[in-house]
Amino acid sequence: MENETFLQKINKQKISYLFIALPFTLFFVFQLVPVFVSFFWSFTKYDVIHSPQFVGFANYKTIFFNDPLFWKAIRNTFVYVIGVVPPGIIMALLLAVAIDQKIKLKNFFKSIFFLPTVTAMIAISVIWKWLYAGEKYGLLNFFLIKVGLHPIDWLASPAWILPSIMIMSIWAGLGYNMILFLAGLQTIPDSMYEAAEIDGAGFWRKFVHITLPLLRPIIVFVTMMSFVFSFQVFEQVYVMTGGSGGIGGVLNSGLTIVAYLYDKGFQKFQMGYASALAYIIFLMTFMLTVINKRLMKSEVGY
Amino acid sequence: MIGRGIGIRKDIFAIRTVIYGFLIVGAITMALPYIWMLVTSIKPIEEIQAFPPTFRVKNPTLEPYRDLFRMVPMGRYIFNSLFVAGSITIFNVFATSLAGYAFAKHKFWGRDKIFFLFIGSLMIPWQINIIPGFVIVKNLGWLNTYKGLIIPSMAWCAFGIFLNRQFIYSIPDDLIDAARIDGCTEFMIYRLVILPLIKPVLATLAIFTFLQQWNNFVWPLVIIHTSHMRTLPLALAVLTGQFGANFGLVMAGAVVATVPMLVVYLLFQKYIIKGIEMTGLRDRL
Repeated sequence: MENETFLQKINKQKISYLFIALPFTLFFVFQLVPVFVSFFWSFTKYDVIHSPQFVGFANYKTIFFNDPLFWKAIRNTFVYVIGVVPPGIIMALLLAVAIDQKIKLKNFFKSIFFLPTVTAMIAISVIWKWLYAGEKYGLLNFFLIKVGLHPIDWLASPAWILPSIMIMSIWAGLGYNMILFLAGLQTIPDSMYEAAEIDGAGFWRKFVHITLPLLRPIIVFVTMMSFVFSFQVFEQVYVMTGGSGGIGGVLNSGLTIVAYLYDKGFQKFQMGYASALAYIIFLMTFMLTVINKRLMKSEVGY
Repeated sequence: MIGRGIGIRKDIFAIRTVIYGFLIVGAITMALPYIWMLVTSIKPIEEIQAFPPTFRVKNPTLEPYRDLFRMVPMGRYIFNSLFVAGSITIFNVFATSLAGYAFAKHKFWGRDKIFFLFIGSLMIPWQINIIPGFVIVKNLGWLNTYKGLIIPSMAWCAFGIFLNRQFIYSIPDDLIDAARIDGCTEFMIYRLVILPLIKPVLATLAIFTFLQQWNNFVWPLVIIHTSHMRTLPLALAVLTGQFGANFGLVMAGAVVATVPMLVVYLLFQKYIIKGIEMTGLRDRL
């Protein structure tokens, strides 16, 4: 009897391993192994054709001390993140609060704000490239002219290329954040608002003293996700700044860090250098996440 | 009172006006680019380049679409996108639910460690994997193939496994034990007990995976270098580079890439929004 249960156990374990075998194998080969491989490659010179050559910390040294383009990309990325995340989150929050009221056409509004979330970023970028079209027939410039302003050379001027991408990204991200905020708002009981009303609290005080504190965990979460996503911006940059001469736009004023990684790895085939960049990006996103996690933990529960 | 939320009795009219005004302006801002895309895609070239630009089309034409299908193998791109996203979705739904069942209800050596590995991988950005991934695919001879597009993307299954495990975990053990006593094999239990119970989760996961894969750009960009193997987003990016000045054509391409997902969205809205909310789960581990 004892023997039998033991055998059964082994048999059952076998089936368990069988159940996870396929996803685990794929995961192992294409996710786990690459993490270590790219770490090793970040200490090599590697052009895919010849085998990797160990160079110690040379890649990292060059990146930090001898690569103005890297610093330009970092600067652009931070400008982008700061320009996109806070305004995007504030607008999404206001939208969510507005939609959470008892209003007509609630689902219509929800759907329409959500549209960009189901649209490929590439398609969005292509559409906006057309909206931003220069001088005459671009729609946005037409609006500018109509209200008496000068048309802007959106994607062709070093000063405007990054803001152009930022405006589009805020537009594209609103719906996703709004849905998360709405989910949070729906967990706030009506009785809280009613109690505050009896105490004579107005619109603003209810927002500041009930909605914001109760929503704080979600706000922190959304902020964290947005920071990480924005930091890794790529597709928009690829379409908006990529012309005949590679990626980055005029004077590389639209070059972000992941776009720079793509350029090094897949246009110039400096795989070692690109791997070092990848690890720097990874560490920076990781730090962002940790900082945000801390903020989340430090908050008082309600 | 406006009902739930922060509106109050006194300012009801003022607040209502502000809220509706805000929402209507917002909705127009959201819709405008889509409308402009549609309008441009049915305009003849003279009207596209006319000043001032208008939303009214004097002589609507399907010429941009005809050009599009004539100049590039658009049908092939649509098929590629469908086939690639479809295969990955089917694999993801069944493989992750099967694995999720093992992680939730079986006891085996290393279970929690392996599960932790999967979950930990959610933290790793694609930039880390993509360079070795490219080299592996190249060495396997999978560049410019469906295998290369599909199989490595199947490896992004951690979230599906996590989701399935959570839901299967809440299924009572008694149900599974009863099936076992009735002589069910483990696979039959998965097939007959677990699968029917987690259908809503799987529906959400399926739609979500399909959407993500349909819109996926970076991986095809890296491993596809021949024209006929492109998926729609990649084709659209190339189209913009090649025919950038021909906005009618490019907008027609954008319509082809966008509209199917808008339809999917309108049909399965409930599941998609649930999916977004569930990604929020990722962080609550």
